[in-house]
Amino acid sequence: MSDIEQFRQETRAWLEENCPVAMREPVRGFDDLYNGGRNPEIDHPDQKVWCDRMAQRGWTVPHWPKEYGGGGLDKDELKVLREEMRRITARSPLDSFGISMLGPALLHFGTEEQKLEHLPRIVRGEIRWCQGYSEPNAGSDLASLATRADDQGDHYLINGQKVWTSYADKSDWIFCLVRTDNSGSKHEGISFVLFDMDQPGVEARPIKLISGSSPFCETFFDNARAEKKNLIGEEGNGWTIAKYLLTHEREMISSFGAPPKKSVGKLALESFGADASGRLANSILRPTIAQYQLDTLAFGATMARVGDEAKAGQGLGAASSIFKYYGTELNKRRNELNLAVGGEFALGWEGEAYRDGAISRDWLRSKGNSIEGGTSEVQLNIVAKRVLGLPDA
Amino acid sequence: MALVLNEEQLMLKESAAGFLTEKATVAHLRALRDSADERGGSEDVWQEMVQMGWAGIAIAEEFGGLGYGYTGLGLVLEQVGRNLSASPLQSTVLVAATLIAELGSDSQKEQWLSPIAAGEKRVSLALQEGRHHAPEKTAARAVANGEDYLLSGAKVLVLDASLADAFIVIARTAGEAGDMQGLTAFLVEAESAGIALSRSSMVDSRNVGTLTLQDVRVPAAQVLGEPGGAWQGLSRTLDIANIGLASELLGLSTEAFERTVAYLKERKQFGRVIGSFQGLQHRAAELFAELELARSIVLQALQAIDSGDEQLPLLASAAKAKLCEVAQRASNEAIQMHGGIGMTDEHEIGFFIKRARVVQHTFGDYNYHLDRFAQLSGF
Repeated sequence: MSDIEQFRQETRAWLEENCPVAMREPVRGFDDLYNGGRNPEIDHPDQKVWCDRMAQRGWTVPHWPKEYGGGGLDKDELKVLREEMRRITARSPLDSFGISMLGPALLHFGTEEQKLEHLPRIVRGEIRWCQGYSEPNAGSDLASLATRADDQGDHYLINGQKVWTSYADKSDWIFCLVRTDNSGSKHEGISFVLFDMDQPGVEARPIKLISGSSPFCETFFDNARAEKKNLIGEEGNGWTIAKYLLTHEREMISSFGAPPKKSVGKLALESFGADASGRLANSILRPTIAQYQLDTLAFGATMARVGDEAKAGQGLGAASSIFKYYGTELNKRRNELNLAVGGEFALGWEGEAYRDGAISRDWLRSKGNSIEGGTSEVQLNIVAKRVLGLPDA
Repeated sequence: MALVLNEEQLMLKESAAGFLTEKATVAHLRALRDSADERGGSEDVWQEMVQMGWAGIAIAEEFGGLGYGYTGLGLVLEQVGRNLSASPLQSTVLVAATLIAELGSDSQKEQWLSPIAAGEKRVSLALQEGRHHAPEKTAARAVANGEDYLLSGAKVLVLDASLADAFIVIARTAGEAGDMQGLTAFLVEAESAGIALSRSSMVDSRNVGTLTLQDVRVPAAQVLGEPGGAWQGLSRTLDIANIGLASELLGLSTEAFERTVAYLKERKQFGRVIGSFQGLQHRAAELFAELELARSIVLQALQAIDSGDEQLPLLASAAKAKLCEVAQRASNEAIQMHGGIGMTDEHEIGFFIKRARVVQHTFGDYNYHLDRFAQLSGF
């Protein structure tokens, strides 16, 4: 038997034995995702059991190196693990910004000591991380951020305010962009530091969105302390790390536009019916839906093409620069169509009759997709300047 | 299948680009137009294309072709679109040879595909009868008469008709206009008695013909496929044709866009290059995004032809509809962003919008294919 086949058999047996039955149920919403942390939100007791068991093998982050707590799996083994998890419809054991955002930055820019300190705790789901980037006066113009970090020898004192900090009220630590120097250009003098949120100088207040949910906070720092050993990269070199991480974030947000199981066209048929020729019995809405589905198909083909070109060694094409812009605009179009197809029922907010506003809340939330992580307008600026080479004003 | 070009395909693309930017450019098209050339293209350039194997690029090796598949032909057509190169590649190679390969017997393929691949014969499809593409509405009639058929009817917009050695005439042997069944494909020699041909020049300076057939006698041996059973092969041929045209539109749109971006970097107003204005930058960036989507759907559709994907009809209409939309936007923006100079005949950008509209409408425009895409998507 080949090594990989043996790995598959062992993996299958281990998953069968260790994945709790409840963790093989489909994920219905954000509540079903397990995010870890010092005081984890537990919707079902088996969430923690499942996470702990997987973490012991490093399989909460199976592709990270073993020395940092990861699974150390190669590409083939990773594929087998994913296939075997899908086979029993096992849920992801742990979803966190530590895995998707901070981890890649630490692996790329962190010192050996920093990796050993933080990565294993991410793998075990012990620390929940949040991201401190935007400020009230530094949104699209992120580099003009003003949160100060004053040098106190072995530590910095942090003063200022962040906004749109995802889940800051539920997080244990923050990776944060701060200004360590004001003398140069705005891109210089930014540093990337990590610090504990559980201290007197830190306060996080949830922001209620138009959708009714509160995934973001405003976060205030009043002489908060960050140890110097938790400065990532050189002092003043934080912008490089920030850009690296923004790429990750944009990829994540653009995937929000992935096509759902039931096409809008099919939903519209259920809503309006068909005419004698089998066409949707709403001849005005039909081409708008068709154009949306056409663009979704072509966008999917573009993501596949860029991936395949990269695999074939043809480099990451310029096309990747449009993902965030196009994916989020598509998702907004989808949500507007959900209203057009769902009719007035789709505008329900509370009460079981209209599913507690599931459609209207998603629709409102989707408006943020083309703002967060770089607005559509900023994305178009980037394409115009970096890809097309058009000059600054 | 991976959505990526392999080494061989990348080389073909480069060699096609190299040849066409030298031998069959917009300047050549202008010269053909200004001399009111009846051929609508240079025979010498066509023979050079034949030498490179382009006439038989998608024809099977056993019938004298390269057996290189439609992805290869699509890459050549993309370069044709960039240069607005006039040749029988669309009428004879993309459409007629495909229909013969789809419907013909081995001996018919031997008789027609080999000379097409060798550049010795030109064949063109005579399908359309009205102002809009509607193949099932074919009304031309073919009546059995002994061993022969007698064909009568009128066909319009026959590509490169005045140079064709033969036409593939789609006529009805059964049923009524509107039926998909009952259509038959006939290979009709251009010199046959009873055919009257008149040539028209279109807005893109290409030639099309109007055919009038009056009791044209065609031997039964010249029927392609089963009498009354042409629909399936015709439909697949039209899918392939539309994907090939989408590929041409991709090249055309990309070229028009790149010329426009270059102009934005060069033209100065208010003391600075107009490409520094955000109003223009965002429109250019949005168009860039659309062109990337266009490139992906064309490649996926081309690969679907060669892999025998059963989603071909849906992907063909998707590719054609998307490219109609993008070509329209790219060519309109090209004129607008060039400003006054873009309205002059002296500037080349006007040739792109003219060719774009003709290709968009050939074998079904945006509305036709978006409707078909929706139908094939189940709504």
